[in-house]
Amino acid sequence: MTGQSVAAAASRKQTAVSPSIRGILSWGRYPKTAHRYVHKPAWNDQVPEILKTAAPGSLLPHGLGRSYGDSCLNAGRELIDCRRLNRVLDFDETTGMLRCESGVSISDILDVFLPKGWFPPVTPGTRFVTVGGAIANDVHGKNHHCAGTLGAHVRQIALHRSNDGLVICNSEINSDMLRATIGGLGLTGVIAWADIQLKRVAGPWIDAESVPFHSLNSFLDLSRESNDRFEYTVAWLDCFAGKNPRGIFFRGNHAAGQSSDHSPDHSPDHGKEFHLKRGPKLPFALPAWMLNRYWVKAFNAAYYRIHAARKGAAIVPYDSFFYPLDSIRQWNLLYGRQGFLQYQCVIPETNLEAFEELLDRIARSGMGSFLGVLKQFGSAPPPGMLSFPRPGLTIALDFAMRGERTLKLMRSLDEVVQQSGGALYPAKDARMGPAIFDASFPRWRSFVPYIDPKMSSSFWRRVTEAQP
Amino acid sequence: MTASASITAMKKVVVLGATSGIALEVQRQLARQGCELLLVARSPQRLAELQADLAVRGAQRVFTYTANLASVQQHAAIFDFVRRTLPDFDTVLLAYGSMHDQRNSETSVDILLEELQVNFVSVTAILTLFAAELERRRTGCLAAITSVAGDRGRRSNYVYGSAKGALSLFLQGLRSRLHPAGVCVITIKPGPVQTPMTDQLPNAARFADPKQVARDIVRALERRSPDVLYTPRVWRYVMSAVQQIPETIFKRLSF
Repeated sequence: MTGQSVAAAASRKQTAVSPSIRGILSWGRYPKTAHRYVHKPAWNDQVPEILKTAAPGSLLPHGLGRSYGDSCLNAGRELIDCRRLNRVLDFDETTGMLRCESGVSISDILDVFLPKGWFPPVTPGTRFVTVGGAIANDVHGKNHHCAGTLGAHVRQIALHRSNDGLVICNSEINSDMLRATIGGLGLTGVIAWADIQLKRVAGPWIDAESVPFHSLNSFLDLSRESNDRFEYTVAWLDCFAGKNPRGIFFRGNHAAGQSSDHSPDHSPDHGKEFHLKRGPKLPFALPAWMLNRYWVKAFNAAYYRIHAARKGAAIVPYDSFFYPLDSIRQWNLLYGRQGFLQYQCVIPETNLEAFEELLDRIARSGMGSFLGVLKQFGSAPPPGMLSFPRPGLTIALDFAMRGERTLKLMRSLDEVVQQSGGALYPAKDARMGPAIFDASFPRWRSFVPYIDPKMSSSFWRRVTEAQP
Repeated sequence: MTASASITAMKKVVVLGATSGIALEVQRQLARQGCELLLVARSPQRLAELQADLAVRGAQRVFTYTANLASVQQHAAIFDFVRRTLPDFDTVLLAYGSMHDQRNSETSVDILLEELQVNFVSVTAILTLFAAELERRRTGCLAAITSVAGDRGRRSNYVYGSAKGALSLFLQGLRSRLHPAGVCVITIKPGPVQTPMTDQLPNAARFADPKQVARDIVRALERRSPDVLYTPRVWRYVMSAVQQIPETIFKRLSF
């Protein structure tokens, strides 16, 4: 069948509504939600009409759904699927300033601009996020210690607002709206386009090193020593080891040279399709019994040994350094039909005992995960009102959803985080209560006036509606 | 691309209905190959956005022209613009169309006629202009997107189906006429595709990925073959089976 209507369009509602309202889940596949309506605008000019006709508190922009919990969901209400708003509107080859619509993905940016020698200034651990989603969660990456969050590289945003049309926000005009939208969880409106400063790189290669470590202190020593010399640092942690965890520290810089044994395809002829196609795909949710603690322990031990044996430096393709998990499509199905929860918190470095207590509680629970990711945040001031990163150690762990048992462990971890003066990351959360949200973002009330009256989300209702 | 020897040069492409869901994906793939594009659609705003996007993604040059293709009165101006701006175009892709809820066409003759005007009458009119030009030059390729819905009249969608079926017949005849001149005509018959046009239909989530459909179309444009492209491919077999069902049975089927 052919495309969009021509003469008939005027007499028909332009912004289509998908009848497939079930089945939109976040990456953790928990909670299971149904939406009343999914708007799928293909053009920015269709967005104002959607905002105008919606009921108050009924909408939320949605991208590639890689938030783990319910910050990208709006149970029982409506979503605006922004993935068709995926056009590059301008690019300055000399300065690297990119203007693109909110549905453009990091993957798309890599495909189009890496061959020209430009790289996203900050990238999360997956390339399958939209620019809109990345801004709304003010994502961080392995270069947080030197580059800050993505929001620090966003120069300007055009925002569809239900009450005052298209609002331009930058450091001079509507700067408070810019700070609200960066990390604003999609609640301030629909991003029409954003100006992002890309970074010049020599090519698609990373000069990478991996170093095994055996305690939290040795991790910190490695991190402090590496953060001056390496643009990218992150660690994998075996969370079954308790207070003295073993792990592998990864660090790297963009490399000018080329490796002989790798050849990532970064030519314009291959692109997203190439990346999407390659690598295995998990075809269905694994049965829950397969992911028991013995398997995970065995996996972690093997993972540690393999990387410890391969320690040292190598020139590797950027995608294997930044996006190892993207090579297994739908890896989230690993955790079975019930889905999984991710727990990501930050704890001040001055409070290492709290961090050890956290690891101890996880180890004792026996519910550890494959991928404990550890990173020392830098001290750059957060660009958004609700930005999560702050000085300290951040850890992210996956837990298969096993009902109350899993939720109880997380509440016990919350206690440790809250007492330490730490915070939880909304992008990863599906269950935090109002109290810990308030402790994590004590100034959230000053964000509230910037929320678009037509916007709401499952996450936002959960963490704020019961607030005193 | 295996049969690179058989690929004819495809460098300068005119897209009629450039803002349609399938055209968007086709244009991206053509841009990546460095083609020159001339886009015709109704909205100047959308055309400007497309122009910027395709230029950054690698298109050599992108021209746009704002017009309502359903209005035959505007065709001469469109054709004139193409001849002045991209005089040596080698490929024309017609990608516009509309699909109303069938029930509206059953109760309103105006809507019925409009559906036929958009999907058949105006299409044959503009194709005739381009066909004469390519026939005179004795080169090039005309491709138009019709639909598998045109292969058999169905209770739920026969107005759209009859316009697309008539278009398929028109293309068949045109192909034969232009064959001696060395001009190829490609009939593109997609199954249901996930585009704004089909979002309202039940099971839209299971429809084909427009990227896949666009890949098939671009390959056909490059190779100037096949004459009739079913995409995704499975529809060739599905429709040949559907066409075998005797009318006495088919008239009782409600789909």
